Amino acid sequence: MSIDKNTVKKVAGLARLRLADAEMEKYAGQLNNIMGFVEQLNEVNTDNVEPLPSPVDMPLPLRRDAVTDGGDPDTVLSNAPEAVEGFYVVPKVVE
Amino acid sequence: MTELTQLTLAQTIRGLEKKEFSARETAQAHIAAMEGARHLNAFVTETPDIALKQAHDSDARRAKGGAGPLDGVPLAVKDLFCTKGVKTTACSKILGNFVPAYESTVSANLFRDGAVMVGKTSLDEFAMGSSNTTSAFGNVISPWKRAGNSNADLVPGGSSGGSAAAVSARLCLGATGTDTGGSIRQPAAFCGISGIKPTYGRCSRWGIIAFASSLDQAGVFARTVEDCAIMLKSASGHDPKDSTSAKKDVPDWPKLLSGNVKGLRIGIPKEYRVDGMPEEIVKLWQQGIEWLKAGGAQIVDVSLPHTKYALPTYYIIAPAECSSNLARYDGVRYGLRVEGENLNDMYELSRAQGFGAEVKRRIMIGTYALSSGYYDAYYIKAQKVRRLILNDFLKAWEKCDALLTPTAPSAAFAIGENEDDPIKMYLNDVFTVPSSLAGLPGMSIPAGLDRDGLPLGLQIIGRAWDEQTVFNVSRAIEKAANFTAMPQMARRKAA
Repeated sequence: MSIDKNTVKKVAGLARLRLADAEMEKYAGQLNNIMGFVEQLNEVNTDNVEPLPSPVDMPLPLRRDAVTDGGDPDTVLSNAPEAVEGFYVVPKVVE
Repeated sequence: MTELTQLTLAQTIRGLEKKEFSARETAQAHIAAMEGARHLNAFVTETPDIALKQAHDSDARRAKGGAGPLDGVPLAVKDLFCTKGVKTTACSKILGNFVPAYESTVSANLFRDGAVMVGKTSLDEFAMGSSNTTSAFGNVISPWKRAGNSNADLVPGGSSGGSAAAVSARLCLGATGTDTGGSIRQPAAFCGISGIKPTYGRCSRWGIIAFASSLDQAGVFARTVEDCAIMLKSASGHDPKDSTSAKKDVPDWPKLLSGNVKGLRIGIPKEYRVDGMPEEIVKLWQQGIEWLKAGGAQIVDVSLPHTKYALPTYYIIAPAECSSNLARYDGVRYGLRVEGENLNDMYELSRAQGFGAEVKRRIMIGTYALSSGYYDAYYIKAQKVRRLILNDFLKAWEKCDALLTPTAPSAAFAIGENEDDPIKMYLNDVFTVPSSLAGLPGMSIPAGLDRDGLPLGLQIIGRAWDEQTVFNVSRAIEKAANFTAMPQMARRKAA
């Protein structure tokens, strides 16, 4: 298995990270090393083993589907880079 | 009067109760120490005004007879815990100006019990690192130096390096940390102090900036086992705002603390004898075994056969969860925004400029491991091996009540070392990652010095929810080791 620059470019796109050409070369090398290190997991027989998503054996709690918080747009927007009249502002996405 | 910064947390509580000094006085002493140790860069944000206000309120409460269990105790908070109205950065440029509108549950619990916050401590960016050199706001420098002529600046360990350095240098009596793969235990070992990561689910994760949600767990640093027990008791407890927070009563760990290990079965996992481990660490581990034996414990050889697969498992699961968690930094709701031609440009540029190299590397690994065609081969495979690692521990608990291991495979290294190869840096966590994957409580205790005069730690791992046994075994080691070494700069002040 080898991760080339094109794969790095695709993954960077999925992760929404703009990488310079030199960075892509660097990450291709490092990702290959790390994924090579991880390959050893294939030595382990995991037939009939259930994946473990969380270490604690505990059912997720349920609660009533009711509003418990909110109604304070100013606080919610207090860290927004740009906000107008109670809304976040983003670059134009529709023509 | 002994200098107030030299007291332990428990001694400080007793001194405050006996009115030997006020909360204001101990706060002032620690603020002065913090300001005098800025060269360590342990704090991202100092909060002396908050500390003095809280200390004033604490003195008023105590005068009225309503003091809490931590009332008037100066602590530091890792800058990964959101603090209401106080800048919280995760040591990332992307959150460089973030001021939370809410308080994390752990810090709120500490304040409920009367704690005084002197400042927010530095960490590796988003808690990703083992050396505190990935912070966007500069390296933290360990208060320890190698003996002899070497004046090299050493790392405090990471990711909670600022907290560990601050407690070790006597800038606060305790500090919060978080531990995803060893980020409390390894810096505690490097800085010659105690640190515990409790069972996953013991402390609420609400308000802690997320790295890898199935692994992240809050914990504490202090200079004694008793101090850790006192502080962790305040920090812990069920929180409905975190769905993985356990509905379990918090035992009175400090009250039940005892160094009596008579009859306890202590497991020694043979797989932790890794190649190339320094002789001094092997010797210290053996010394720990002898101390516990002398205390009446029974030493049992155990096997955790999947240990060697813990790091590769971790380096799939943690980056996968990191890539999902850090997707929220989009330049829209909070944090850095870099304008671009269109929305996607803005996302990509904001994230490219906001994240540092290690964070980007982990986002890339995680995104790759979760991408279409690789998900089963990497992420599901790693989760299956994670179950086998947990099963190893469950099997060990049939033969023993706690495990004794070294905390880290080396003492603190110099800033800049281990940076040529990410995997070399990741190996720092070889003894702490398995118990993180299994969600178990683990504690590091300073137990000796290496030939350069640097601290080395021993780790005690316990069953899920059995922090008491972890504390008790740690207390036994603490008593036997009688570790009194201090970093040079703290020694000068004590003299």
